[in-house]
Amino acid sequence: MQPGRAEKRWMYETMLLSRRYEEAIEKIYLEGKQPRFDMAAGPIPGEMHLSNGQEPCAVGVIAHLEAHDTVTATHRPHHQAIAKGVDLKEMTAEIFGKKAGLSGGRGGHMHLLDPRVNFVCSGIIAQGLGPALGAALSRTMQGKPGVAVAFIGEGAVNQGAFHETMNLAALWNLPLIVVVEDNAWGISVSKKDSTAVERNHVRAAAYGIPGHFVPDNDPIAIYDVAGEAIARARRGEGPTLIEIETDRLAGHFMGDAEQYRPEGEKDALFARDPIPRLRDQMLAAGELSAEDVASIDAAVARRIDEAVAFARESPYPEPSDALEHAFHPVT
Amino acid sequence: MREIRYREALREALMEEMERDGTVFLMGEEVGHYEGAYKVSQGLLAQFGEQRVIDTPIAEAGFAGIGVGAAMTGLRPIIEFMTWNFSFVAFDQIISNAAKIHQMSGGKLTCPMVFRGPNGAAKQVAAQHSHSVDPFYTNIPGLYVVMPATPRDAKGLLKTSIRNDDPVVFLEGETLYNLKGEVPEEDEDELIPLGVARVAREGDGCTVVAWGRPFHNAMEAAEILAKDGIELEVVDPRTLRPLDTDAIVRSVKKTNRCVVVHEHWPYGGPGAEIVDVVQREAFDYLDAPVERVAAWDVPMPYASNLEELVLPTTERVLEAVRAVSYR
Repeated sequence: MQPGRAEKRWMYETMLLSRRYEEAIEKIYLEGKQPRFDMAAGPIPGEMHLSNGQEPCAVGVIAHLEAHDTVTATHRPHHQAIAKGVDLKEMTAEIFGKKAGLSGGRGGHMHLLDPRVNFVCSGIIAQGLGPALGAALSRTMQGKPGVAVAFIGEGAVNQGAFHETMNLAALWNLPLIVVVEDNAWGISVSKKDSTAVERNHVRAAAYGIPGHFVPDNDPIAIYDVAGEAIARARRGEGPTLIEIETDRLAGHFMGDAEQYRPEGEKDALFARDPIPRLRDQMLAAGELSAEDVASIDAAVARRIDEAVAFARESPYPEPSDALEHAFHPVT
Repeated sequence: MREIRYREALREALMEEMERDGTVFLMGEEVGHYEGAYKVSQGLLAQFGEQRVIDTPIAEAGFAGIGVGAAMTGLRPIIEFMTWNFSFVAFDQIISNAAKIHQMSGGKLTCPMVFRGPNGAAKQVAAQHSHSVDPFYTNIPGLYVVMPATPRDAKGLLKTSIRNDDPVVFLEGETLYNLKGEVPEEDEDELIPLGVARVAREGDGCTVVAWGRPFHNAMEAAEILAKDGIELEVVDPRTLRPLDTDAIVRSVKKTNRCVVVHEHWPYGGPGAEIVDVVQREAFDYLDAPVERVAAWDVPMPYASNLEELVLPTTERVLEAVRAVSYR
């Protein structure tokens, strides 16, 4: 399955938006936190897990999804949220902890929840798998169309929840696609030091379902494999496991000194950055012109500026907001 | 009023709510073909089919998580744990997902679901199978915690819990399933509100706050002490979160004495919470320090005689009441 020109352009534009967005967030995150790194200081407090390098996974899969399809994401969710169509202004305000944020400043960057596009996150490794399958079951029970995609990292595959969910998804033949973004590192522990098998897609055999491996962080190849899997799920033929070889260009979180990386690894990762790669491919194929590239750059910059301005200008929550929404109001 | 068993009362609640609302479904281990490890779901599979009475593998974390996802997307799952002891492998989904989703989405998502099953010690199943989990779950904002002691409360509170828009931890008494008691006729649709205590017996001698199995020890103690001229007022909170502190404080202001009786361990929990509220809101009314009757502070031993020692007994309730009454 190959993307059409418009889809390919959307994929490029969305990857670029995610990348530039995170570059903006990275700068703002560091405001007030230096020279001595102080996580609590600055306009964006708390932890920050950037997804730069992993954008192909989000766009290659989500290009096939509708708003009614569910995505559960992880603690590293920006690329997936942007691809799924989560409102960028409200997402940014949420990351700033502002009242106008998706959750009124209750969630932060690891907990971006937007029911308008059926997007949820969890900061606990492998926790989104069960709820994704629950959403798939729910749509099926209600006779509504829709699939669910659970994005996880390669570290989550070693959690018990992975096995329980895969078994149930296969047993009940539900429309679930589990996408493993294998960036080779679980914080500082390499996959080879944490995982008994070289490639995680082989685990699909344990559940009698298709398992695919997409090498080389290639959005077009991901699009192809994900498209088949999602079409299969929509036909009622059950779940698929997709493992994607991707790259984490930054640390586990901002402030991570990354001393565990082998010498030269980062240079090699940047040398195969998927965004310029796709741009150059599309330029060479005549699918993008230099003017297109410039206008996409400008459009992306404008959206980010607007989102950041919106977040900066938004007020913080009211003190009384702290007590809201733990429970529904008693009627 | 007719008399039915606690187990039948729960079953009626499930049946009635599943008939009334097509989005309600039951999922868990042994709930379908086996009709429930404690036969609570007897007849449900035959009536509602495999779509709505779903047997799961032994995978608590998996099916609790599925329940969360289903609840967020328009259904009202009832997740049965064969016992609450097994909920610990699903703790993450209950605490970090079900209890958090509404708040963490700024009120945009809801998680209307019931986690239910037997709580507390049964008979000689030892440490891993004898937990009273009420202190664990009452600590979590975002969860309702309900613990009925009688068939009538079991039915009326389960029906309300199923209709509740926030997740409910519904703690049934493992040793209460055979208990018979008065329950209104089926067509009455009695909904007992969450967060409202019941004064099960009125008296002016001493307030005894008790829930779950030891509620019945408190009632037995009340019968015995009535012969000595001590009239107990027995208050069953029924819902441990939200806790009807007004009813408890009102009673203590009347009797000037208070004993709290529960099966959970003495360290913290709703037992300690109640004592805290009483000392703050009824301090000037107390004629004696508040006493607690709890399980002993040890993992449950297997031997029958030791288990009997560890669990709250009627005799220990009597001792506590006599202590606060200086008699």
